[in-house]
Amino acid sequence: MSRVEFMQGNTACAEGALAAGCGFFAGYPITPSTEVAEHMAAKLPKRKGVFVQMEDEIASIAAVIGASWTGARAMTATSGPGFSLMMENLGYAVMTETPCVVVNIQRGGPSTGQPTLGAQGDMLQCRFGSHGDYSIIALSPSSVQEMFELTAKAFSLSERYRVPAFLMGDEIIGHMRERLTIPDSVEVAARRRLEPGTLPYTAGEDGIPGFPTFGQGYGVHVTGLTHDERGYPAATNPRLHEKLVMRLVHKVESARKEMADYVVTNPGAEQVFISYGAPARSVFQLLHDRPGEEIGHLRLRVVWPFPEFALGEFPDAKTFLVPEMNLGQVAREIQRHTDVPVIPVPRLGGDLHPPAMLAKALEASR
Amino acid sequence: MSFRDWYRADRLPTIYCAGCGNGTVINCALHAVDTLGWRWEDTIFVSGIGCSSRAPGYIRTDSLHTTHGRALAFATGIKLARPELHVVVFTGDGDLAAIGGNHFIHACRRNVDMTVICMNNWIYGMTGGQGSPTTPRGAITTTTPYGSGEGVFDLSALAVAAGANHVARWTSYHVKELTNAIDAGLRTPGFSLIEVLTQCPTAYGRRNKLREVSDTIEYLKTHAILLQRYNRLVAEGKPVPEDMFTVGEFVRRNRPAMGVPP
Repeated sequence: MSRVEFMQGNTACAEGALAAGCGFFAGYPITPSTEVAEHMAAKLPKRKGVFVQMEDEIASIAAVIGASWTGARAMTATSGPGFSLMMENLGYAVMTETPCVVVNIQRGGPSTGQPTLGAQGDMLQCRFGSHGDYSIIALSPSSVQEMFELTAKAFSLSERYRVPAFLMGDEIIGHMRERLTIPDSVEVAARRRLEPGTLPYTAGEDGIPGFPTFGQGYGVHVTGLTHDERGYPAATNPRLHEKLVMRLVHKVESARKEMADYVVTNPGAEQVFISYGAPARSVFQLLHDRPGEEIGHLRLRVVWPFPEFALGEFPDAKTFLVPEMNLGQVAREIQRHTDVPVIPVPRLGGDLHPPAMLAKALEASR
Repeated sequence: MSFRDWYRADRLPTIYCAGCGNGTVINCALHAVDTLGWRWEDTIFVSGIGCSSRAPGYIRTDSLHTTHGRALAFATGIKLARPELHVVVFTGDGDLAAIGGNHFIHACRRNVDMTVICMNNWIYGMTGGQGSPTTPRGAITTTTPYGSGEGVFDLSALAVAAGANHVARWTSYHVKELTNAIDAGLRTPGFSLIEVLTQCPTAYGRRNKLREVSDTIEYLKTHAILLQRYNRLVAEGKPVPEDMFTVGEFVRRNRPAMGVPP
């Protein structure tokens, strides 16, 4: 029997992590994400899990990566300033192919900005924020229910693809209270074990090597340096570096279809909103208020890797309108993939797009 | 087993310069874990960035070579998630005390059950000889070409003050004492820091009138003063020779610790 609760988004996120078998949380208090940590602090010790409050966000993601190498499903949660601090070690997680889930309850930036108000200004930072070329996975919830579901899904994707998965929430969804249905169980893909006799960084056809959990006699060396299939540093070998980085990118990008998760409304529409996260709710309202009009809506639940084929779900599209709580970060990505005019509808300041603002953008685009 | 069996044979020789003290320290550490009867399958070596931090790459256990300064935070995650694993960290003065200084004091405060071996050679060796938080006043480095004008961290005193259960300092000259100190650290539940003063002839010695490898070894030998002797001199009101440094066990205690196996 599933159970129904009335719950805050951040708490639902923590519940989703617990349902997905998260056994380790390291974090540092930061508004507006702190409730995730608080809920984990209350719940994890009772389930033989580990909660630790670290000295900063750099240490938090480091501890998460360390725990992940012992086989734990591990997570941290933060917001803009802490997210910025995590960038170097997130690159380390990419390079070492360490499964981990990072929750970012986005707030207004740059800098300290608006701690208590929502934003989506970190969508490109999560994609590109660490140095070097790489790909990651990012999910964006539009409701409390999705805070639960997509957090659990983030674990599944991260474990499967051995890459950091980001739950890119925002203050609005994080602090909103809604009905939440918690299922009895949640299915999470298991990390594939390294077959004995196989080199630790020899990847299968899918580009993903098996995982040599620490403490099981693999004797594996893990380094952020460019490494060969044995895991040994080989930082001055140009072609080996190229091959490694291409594999790290390809294992994610080649699975775009497999990972894609989006909702299509009115596929025959000529005018189509593309949204993710909180602004989707303003689009819902607009569509609700104008039942007779055929207005399209593509709502992305997985933003990265970007599912460019989803644009093809609207064959008659003449305009893509992209409401974001930033200056058009994902709109820029959409433009790369289509000849249809893409109109960013930016909203800064911390509050959602009023539906009237979307209506105005809709009229202007006609 | 012998300490030799702990090496990852196909990775040798190391990248260390001729005359580097790091190999001595690694030998002592591996001798200590081997003598204690630890299994390589249950032992994890962790490190950050720098010459010292290359050590785990030469050891056959599971090993995590992490980012600059953050080794203790990674190691904390490993140890808290799987307390039954033994965790040993190799680090250096720049890695531990500069970029990693905050993680250092907090790992001591939490008293996480791990042994941290710091190869303190007063310099950034990997990047070619820049000043570190332990570079002595007046010493010449590439970033202190007119002599260092900054104060110096006493890493062992810092660890004692921050709450570590076991703290000792020796040098690459004192290999027996060093091995025993590491052994004591491995046995002590909670956080243990073994600070090892060691020579870097390439980046430090040649700029500071310690051109030969043996010059620094001789310096370490002649300038180390046993903690007990130092305390006796102070208690008796006798003068302590200047520019001597204390060696020995600064603390061994049993404060509540984290990550201790049940």
